[in-house]
Amino acid sequence: MAIRVFLTLLLFLSSAIVSFSLYEDQAGLTDWHQRYIGKVKHAVFHTQKTGRKRVIVSTEENVVASLDLRHGEIFWRHVLGTKDAIDGVGIALGKYVITLSSEGSALRAWNLPDGQMVWETSLHTAQHSKSLLSVPINLKVDKDYPIIVFGGGYLHAVSAIDGEVLWKKDFTVEGFEVQRVLQPPGSSIIYVLGFINLSEAVVYQIDSKSGEVVAQKSMVFPGGFSGEISSVSSDKVVVLDSTRSILVTIGFIDGGLSFQKTPISDLVEDSGKAEILSALLSNMLAVKVNKRTLFVKVGGEGKLEVVDSLSDETAMSDSLPVADDQEAFASVHHEGSKIHLMVKLVNELDNVLLRETIQMDQHRGRVHKVFMNNYIRTDRSNGFRALIVMEDHSLLLLQQGAIVWSREEGLASVTDVTTAELPLGKDGVSVSKVEHTLFEWLKGHVLKLKGSLLLASPEDVVAIQELRVKSSGKNKLTRDHNGFRKLILALTRPGKLFALHTGDGRIVWSMLLKSPSNSQACERPNGISLYQWQVPHHHAMDENPSVLVVGKCGSDSSAPGVLSFVDVYTGKEISSSDIGHSVVQVMPLPFTDSTEQRLHLIADTVGHVHLYPKTSEALSIFQREFQNVYWYTVEADDGIIRGHVMKGSCSGETADEYCFTTRELWTVVFPSESEKIISTLTRKPNEVVHTQAKVNTDQDLLYKYVSRNLLFVATVSPKGAGEIGSVTPEESSLVVYLIDTITGRILHRLSHQGCQGPVHAVFSENWVVYHYFNLRAHKYEVTVVEIYDQSRAENKNVWKLILGKHNLTAPITSYSRPEVFTKSQSYFFAQSVKTIEVTSTAKGITSKQLLIGTIGDQILALDKRFVDPRRTLNPSQAEKEEGIIPLTDTLPIIPQAYVTHSHKVEGLRGIVTAPSKLESTTHVFAYGVDLFYTRLAPSKTYDSLTDDFSYALLLITIVALVAAIYITWVLSEKKELSEKWR
Amino acid sequence: MAPILRSTSLFALIVCQISLIFLFASTLPISSGSESEESYTITGRVRIPASTVIGHAAKFSSIKVILNGGQHVTFLRPDGYFTLYTTIPSSNNIHKVPAGTHLIEVYAMGYFFSPVRVDVSARHRGKVQATLTETRRSLTELVLEPLRAEQYYEMREPFSVMSIVKSPMGLMVGFMVVVVFLMPKLMENIDPEEMKSAQEQMRSQGVPSLTSLLPASR
Repeated sequence: MAIRVFLTLLLFLSSAIVSFSLYEDQAGLTDWHQRYIGKVKHAVFHTQKTGRKRVIVSTEENVVASLDLRHGEIFWRHVLGTKDAIDGVGIALGKYVITLSSEGSALRAWNLPDGQMVWETSLHTAQHSKSLLSVPINLKVDKDYPIIVFGGGYLHAVSAIDGEVLWKKDFTVEGFEVQRVLQPPGSSIIYVLGFINLSEAVVYQIDSKSGEVVAQKSMVFPGGFSGEISSVSSDKVVVLDSTRSILVTIGFIDGGLSFQKTPISDLVEDSGKAEILSALLSNMLAVKVNKRTLFVKVGGEGKLEVVDSLSDETAMSDSLPVADDQEAFASVHHEGSKIHLMVKLVNELDNVLLRETIQMDQHRGRVHKVFMNNYIRTDRSNGFRALIVMEDHSLLLLQQGAIVWSREEGLASVTDVTTAELPLGKDGVSVSKVEHTLFEWLKGHVLKLKGSLLLASPEDVVAIQELRVKSSGKNKLTRDHNGFRKLILALTRPGKLFALHTGDGRIVWSMLLKSPSNSQACERPNGISLYQWQVPHHHAMDENPSVLVVGKCGSDSSAPGVLSFVDVYTGKEISSSDIGHSVVQVMPLPFTDSTEQRLHLIADTVGHVHLYPKTSEALSIFQREFQNVYWYTVEADDGIIRGHVMKGSCSGETADEYCFTTRELWTVVFPSESEKIISTLTRKPNEVVHTQAKVNTDQDLLYKYVSRNLLFVATVSPKGAGEIGSVTPEESSLVVYLIDTITGRILHRLSHQGCQGPVHAVFSENWVVYHYFNLRAHKYEVTVVEIYDQSRAENKNVWKLILGKHNLTAPITSYSRPEVFTKSQSYFFAQSVKTIEVTSTAKGITSKQLLIGTIGDQILALDKRFVDPRRTLNPSQAEKEEGIIPLTDTLPIIPQAYVTHSHKVEGLRGIVTAPSKLESTTHVFAYGVDLFYTRLAPSKTYDSLTDDFSYALLLITIVALVAAIYITWVLSEKKELSEKWR
Repeated sequence: MAPILRSTSLFALIVCQISLIFLFASTLPISSGSESEESYTITGRVRIPASTVIGHAAKFSSIKVILNGGQHVTFLRPDGYFTLYTTIPSSNNIHKVPAGTHLIEVYAMGYFFSPVRVDVSARHRGKVQATLTETRRSLTELVLEPLRAEQYYEMREPFSVMSIVKSPMGLMVGFMVVVVFLMPKLMENIDPEEMKSAQEQMRSQGVPSLTSLLPASR
């Protein structure tokens, strides 16, 4: 009977579908979510009314957001599409936030308090041009408040109330580009100033009621303009000519046009190429010449006069009216770890209203942008607050000599992620703090029991949450036994490296990359990628682990690279070097030297590879393996994949002994008229495969073809390379290849007719899963391809294995022609996908889950069992027992399987998984505009008790059993006694 | 939108009529001024059943409508309407897409929407045809409703005695109770003589073995 009970029990437990699922009160226990907005481009303050003070910002990540000015929290936020870059932002009617995006073709209004979109207007555009948004403050036309928008050759006036186009003016024929829209106060005529082909200045006077041109004046400027412009007053602008050496003041009083030239050499002695800064100052402009910022005052007759000059490192804000018709502006520059903020009056530059020096706790680079806002203090004097954007994209609010709040917006543009271990805990200090007394321990568990039985009151729930966080000790800065505490190293676009704690996502340290040689033109290298440089494992245990940050000076591919080595524990840069050659590809080699520094090869644009670290030991290791180093390059534009092999040392004067030439070994050329490479992918080099064999239901063995040198390539017909729906099914086909990167041999080719990209794929062990669009069904599809080794398929016989007549121990070489066969299957999938990843565990025993980043910015965990080519419509009993799911045409989307549960990782770009020490568990980190981290157990935590495990219930059971034993013993004693008396 | 749906059925009828009028409008090409270029708009509406979830308005403002897997993203107006713009490519405007077959997806936290296949005809003056790709149901009007609501968390089962009894430890306790209290009761019911004979048998065989108890072994 007992056996039967246990059997039913086991059956009951195993029948539960293993999938990621979370109770609501477990949210936030192992996961965290951080919301960011990106580098701020525009900021508009909204502080006039009493109530919440806020600032509306638009960013380089196409985010429009409303931030709390007191704490820097996000009130609301919208992430626009990736191609919908914001050109301008403004506030209309005091209640709508107006954004202009997509080069002046999309105008939207958002409700200021809650961010609900109020109206949206698509404006007609015909050509690429600069776009301009102008929200006049006091322009009123028949109970309507027009917004003037220029973009794509058209000038539109749009009603602020409902987004209706009031009138529009076509300037495409003339090629007129609007530079400024000026509106003299108290008149319905607007002045529209612009250039035709940068050689002719035109000013239109347009009636804002009807859009009719009242007057037009144009004048040709012989030299041509550079396009930079600064409007200094309502009837004057200053522009720069095409040689960047003459400032031209354009006056347009009463419809007339007048030019007045002032060579820059008249203003300063050491003239050079000038640049007009974008700050809007009244009757003044800021010009950058020779790394100096000049303040040039514009006199009444257009006369220019230098009134002040500042160092280049200064950023300044637009001017802002303060009391008594005075205008003030803020200028900020940094010096070491200090920021100097100055607020001056525009008319009297000597009159400094505010001078503050603020100490910063970390290096944030230079000040990029300043936005100033004033408020009236209780003593009726002016107070100023400044929102500054730093070089590392962080956003800070300065007020009263202190940083009120700061936001690390660099984390919205993560480019590469890796993980690192925390330092070991010191002896004598227990890593996880145990509860103080038995009573407290018991109380905690009784609380937990109540929670799991739904008997807990709301206060209890709060107490349980607190207890859980406290008892888990998840936020400590030491390594733990299960490997749950780790550092996530994230490299951001501005070149700042962050170390985040997996426990709560706080920044442990951050470091802004420095240029190795300050004299160079490269001021700040931008980060490209991140590699594990030194992971002490067996030797060199006293050394701290370090990572290699590969950066680049400048944006073009031939720009010289910069290597930086960063200590993971302290966040200090150990060394950095300007390597003097470009970086095309970085290849970590599977060799380490005696201090466990990993050897890396860096390929440059010339076709040479360079070995790092540059030590003789590394060189000798590399020389030994010289013949066995292969690498490949993908030229996606030409449709060529090339395989390379090492040839010899570099010759030439600049070459050193660590530079090698390569020889082309093979090429795969795709026909350019029918195929275009859209995606390539290899396995992760550090992936662990537990077993090479796979046992079928009929006790048959299949050998996985596990090779590190497989490349997955997807090509599509050139017509189908565009967006979905741009081709008919007949015109497009998708072809996928599996190519051996040593020999260039195509191992498998699979063609999908009537399909197109984008292709998102994941490659793990011996399988590839990829997602693409099926034009015939007009649905997304997911296909799985599994590769098996045919040559070892005969090794099934046990006797062969016992007698040693097998080829399992034969060395595997990539030169031999592998006999492989593949199995594949396709399914429909109901969502667009941004990225796909697969979970990775320490030993690779745990079954895998696909992590699918959907277009809704959620991450769906899908069991690999759902994408198994062995699925059939009616699986046999044996197959069912093995866990094969009956075949369905569509992959299921189970809401509980979203690992992000109720969060969205806005602007999702990538997912990174890293194993923990506990085999069942894996770390998952997703980045985009937001960051999200969680810990996953794809087959549930079979190797440890869950947090839910009720110790109290166990204890109660034991006590009850002991009591029962005692009672029955007493009873039986009594009975025995009475029987003996009888 | 929510207040409309919560109101009386009469009002719902009006809403229905409005959407019918709107359907008519959506099938008409909307020319946008310039004669050289025809541009079409796909206008539709997202309707979410009035929910009891608090913070519904906040959710509503973050609903996104996505064209062709991210080519164009738009948001909903307060009344639930959205507009996507497509044009015939006569200019070098990269932001607009040609008439053809498109895919519209709606993303709202807490709801699952089927992607919609939308055919915008260039020949028939921008006529719009819509089909739900999941259910293969063609829509007569572009009113998108969620296929189902999504619950991201497992529901905790309410407390019951059965859940304790069903748990492994509960079963253990139950089994013990059976052995300790019910077995002696069963023993009592056995006829004393039979018991005696059984005991005799046991004594004669020495240690009772499991095989002797099985009927097949006899």
